[in-house]
Amino acid sequence: MSSELLPHTLEPHPVTGMYNGKFGLWLFLASEVMLFGALFSAYILLRTHGDFPSHEETTLNYKIGALNTFLLITSSVTMVMAWASFKLNEPSKGKLYLWLTVFLSVAFLVIKIKFEYLHKIHHGITPDTSTFYAIYYCMTGLHGLHILGGVIVMLYFLLPGFGLWRKNPEQFTNRIECTGLYWHFVDLVWIFLFPVFYLL
Amino acid sequence: MASSIEEVRKSVRLYLMVFGALGVLTIVTVLASSLNVSVAVGVFVALAIASVKGTLVATYFMHLLGERSTLYWVLILAAFFFLLLILIPVMMHSETVHLIDQVT
Amino acid sequence: MSSDHTHNPGFIRKYVFSVDHKVIGVQYAVTSLIFLFFGFSLMMIMRWQLAYPGDAIPLIGGWLGQYLVDNNGVLLPEGYNALGAMHGTIMVFLGVVPLAVGGFGNYVMPLQIGAPDMAFPRLNMASYWVYVLGGIAMLASFFVPGGAANSGWTSYPPLSVIANVDNAHHFWNGQTIWLLGMVLLITSSLLGSVNFIVTIVHLRVKGLTMFRLPFFVWAQLVTSFLLLLAFPPLEAAGVLQLMDRAFDTSFFMPTGLVVSGVVRDEYAGGGSPLLWQHLFWFLAHPEVYVLILPALGIIGEIIANNTRRPLWGYKTLVYSVVFLGFMSFVVWAHHMFLTGMGTTMSNFFQTTTMIISIPSVVILTAMLLSLWNASIRFNVPMLFALSFLPMFAIGGLTGLPLGLSASDIQLHDTYYVIGHFHYVVAPGTIMALFAGIYFWFPKVTGRKMSTLLGHLHFWPTLLFMNVIFGPMLIIGLRGVSRRLWDQTEYVLGAEVQGWTVMSSWGAWMLGLSQLPFIINFFYSAVAGKKSVENPWKATTLEWAAPSPPPHGNFAEVPVVYRGPYEYSVPGAKEDFQPQHLSDAKLS
Ligand code: HEM
Ligand SMILES: [Cu+2]
Repeated sequence: MSSELLPHTLEPHPVTGMYNGKFGLWLFLASEVMLFGALFSAYILLRTHGDFPSHEETTLNYKIGALNTFLLITSSVTMVMAWASFKLNEPSKGKLYLWLTVFLSVAFLVIKIKFEYLHKIHHGITPDTSTFYAIYYCMTGLHGLHILGGVIVMLYFLLPGFGLWRKNPEQFTNRIECTGLYWHFVDLVWIFLFPVFYLL
Repeated sequence: MASSIEEVRKSVRLYLMVFGALGVLTIVTVLASSLNVSVAVGVFVALAIASVKGTLVATYFMHLLGERSTLYWVLILAAFFFLLLILIPVMMHSETVHLIDQVT
Repeated sequence: MSSDHTHNPGFIRKYVFSVDHKVIGVQYAVTSLIFLFFGFSLMMIMRWQLAYPGDAIPLIGGWLGQYLVDNNGVLLPEGYNALGAMHGTIMVFLGVVPLAVGGFGNYVMPLQIGAPDMAFPRLNMASYWVYVLGGIAMLASFFVPGGAANSGWTSYPPLSVIANVDNAHHFWNGQTIWLLGMVLLITSSLLGSVNFIVTIVHLRVKGLTMFRLPFFVWAQLVTSFLLLLAFPPLEAAGVLQLMDRAFDTSFFMPTGLVVSGVVRDEYAGGGSPLLWQHLFWFLAHPEVYVLILPALGIIGEIIANNTRRPLWGYKTLVYSVVFLGFMSFVVWAHHMFLTGMGTTMSNFFQTTTMIISIPSVVILTAMLLSLWNASIRFNVPMLFALSFLPMFAIGGLTGLPLGLSASDIQLHDTYYVIGHFHYVVAPGTIMALFAGIYFWFPKVTGRKMSTLLGHLHFWPTLLFMNVIFGPMLIIGLRGVSRRLWDQTEYVLGAEVQGWTVMSSWGAWMLGLSQLPFIINFFYSAVAGKKSVENPWKATTLEWAAPSPPPHGNFAEVPVVYRGPYEYSVPGAKEDFQPQHLSDAKLS
């Protein structure tokens, strides 16, 4: 079945107001809410239940965290600008913004891995050090994987996938919109991870 | 749903304003964490600020503002079950208290 | 996305990596039937040890390998645990769910809503192949050092975290592969559920409003929401347990754990085994509704068709199913009454559990009332469907004492529990799935299954299902624990050993009784009597497509004029009014 023939691939459904891809992506995000919900729940449990190191005992550097928060927020803006540019039929601007997003997210990952994970591991702080680090590595690691996934998708649309823009700009823009929804969600998760791990 | 060209053009300015707000709030939350308040207040303030930021991202960047009720229902459902998950530690906490009661 | 290569796909694209929902549905169905039989075979082996403890397993005992049997071919206790854990896992996650949702849902649902395919055909293909990968992982785990996972399908820590310790240095041990397999299976279900929901909401043809949907589609819609929202917490928990195993973290490991006199200080401690139980049952209770709702959907279709009357209380059924789905998220801790969670929590969860039984009873009652005074056509699908009703009723009613925290103290973790939930999933769901196979077979293959072989399959199956699971309720009430390698070691177990022997013979006979089905299935697929488009004179849209439906399903997009079950409408020419025929065409 070629998907051009499927209803609502492009035009929004009259009741839901969404095209298929967007609805599907939102459903996926709903499941992500549950995924991270379970992890936040685990965090609260570990923290309130016993042997959890106090904030003073942990050694996360909030400055690095804040810098990374900044990078991600900025990448969210460049992402939404990329979508707006494609929507306004300005593909070169859109591409530029998308590249900027990729750049910012890679910067995020590099900082996270080089100056946080590797640095910590170098000092012998690994997931089994305490339940704090266990959940820290787990949640930020999973979040990092989400970032990585997003970067791969963006690179796909910038390089081999860009051909779709010439064939069907509307569909291409829709896909950028979906990528954006995902991206903002990943940003949103970080907005909570940052205070939870670095500030509290 | 910012669909027409005009609307998109207008919303670009909005995005930049939201960006500014998110940046300011990040600074505020860092500053607030250095205040000398009790843990409970600290947690409350930090989560409140994060929630405001999250809401900004969802309503403007993710265009939740312009969506229809189908999506709202799905998200309300997910939010409800999310709350249930978050309540698990509370439930388990009541259980420890209960056991301690029995011991003492 | 591009249409250029879809016109003349090669063999591989057409039958192996197909994006057609019908091919994928058949792939799911066949794969999961094989897994069902495999999971059942594990149980047939275990039943030998239970009936004749310490006797070598006949015929195949020598081949089972060092992780399952000793040199004489006697099932080892560890081997028993591994088979039990894998039986549960395979039956639930690789057998019933993929058949009910992946098989029936994929094949029938798009046809019933008049869609040319699923909303995301390639995602659909991905779901199937991720499922296959998960299945391969589970199968492979039998062969790694230490054998397959043996901590039950529930995988409770701390047991599951320290399971296979001898092979802990070895990353690829059974328990770890089980976790990885589960992550794959969960991912597959997630992709599938997104696809199902978008398809049902967006791809209905003109005129097919939500309240004109066949009951089966409603059941699939609610099921998809359960999969979408209940599975991720288990995925998270799976990742946590994986970290406990692979990196010695202590998410589920309490401080100061001592196992068999050895202090396990490689774990820093501070975690809680109960956290796993909460996250596991947060999924696994909704999961049991994933096992049952599609079955109810199938039964609804077949009953309406063979009573030649509208389903009794269609809207009530729909509201009940939706309510059931919602409530299934708020009952999970009824599996944990004995964890010391306190009376407040117990009271809360026993109340919600009693509430959730109401819509189940409503559904069953509505189906029973549909039969009242009808002139029933007793064809093979209908026989299976009819047998489902009392079996599911027994399963449901025996569940009530388990949902009350006081009586659960006695019954928890006994064979009574095993008897109870198997009445729901085996004589219940499995009978419904058979009913569905006999019912939709002509649509899928264009041929009918043999009625004689169908009867030869149905009667012994119904009989032996009860011979197996009835005794379990009895020995459970007498207090025999589940997951026992040899119940005769205990006086109370030895006293009821006769029932266990009977149950085992029932299981082997049930195995034999599947022969007519297997023959029927393959023989009829190639040489069965040719069937017409609508052999059962049914009303829903799948019967408006040719049998088997071509690529794209409908020659022209159908339009729907009426509700799903307009049978025996007074004054009408025929006793059924297909949804896609206008009044003008019918008169
Ligand atoms: C139809 C033939 C079946 C037979 C004879 C059978 C038999 C059994 C028996 C005897 C046990 C208890 C083993 C023990 O406690 O030591 C068991 C456990 C179990 N069965 Fe089945 N079963 C059948 C079908 C199914 C189906 C269709 C499902 C699921 C949809 C299923 C799911 C389970 C689960 C989840 C367990 C618990 C495993 C554990 O203890 O971790 N079974 N089965
Ligand atoms: Cu339950």
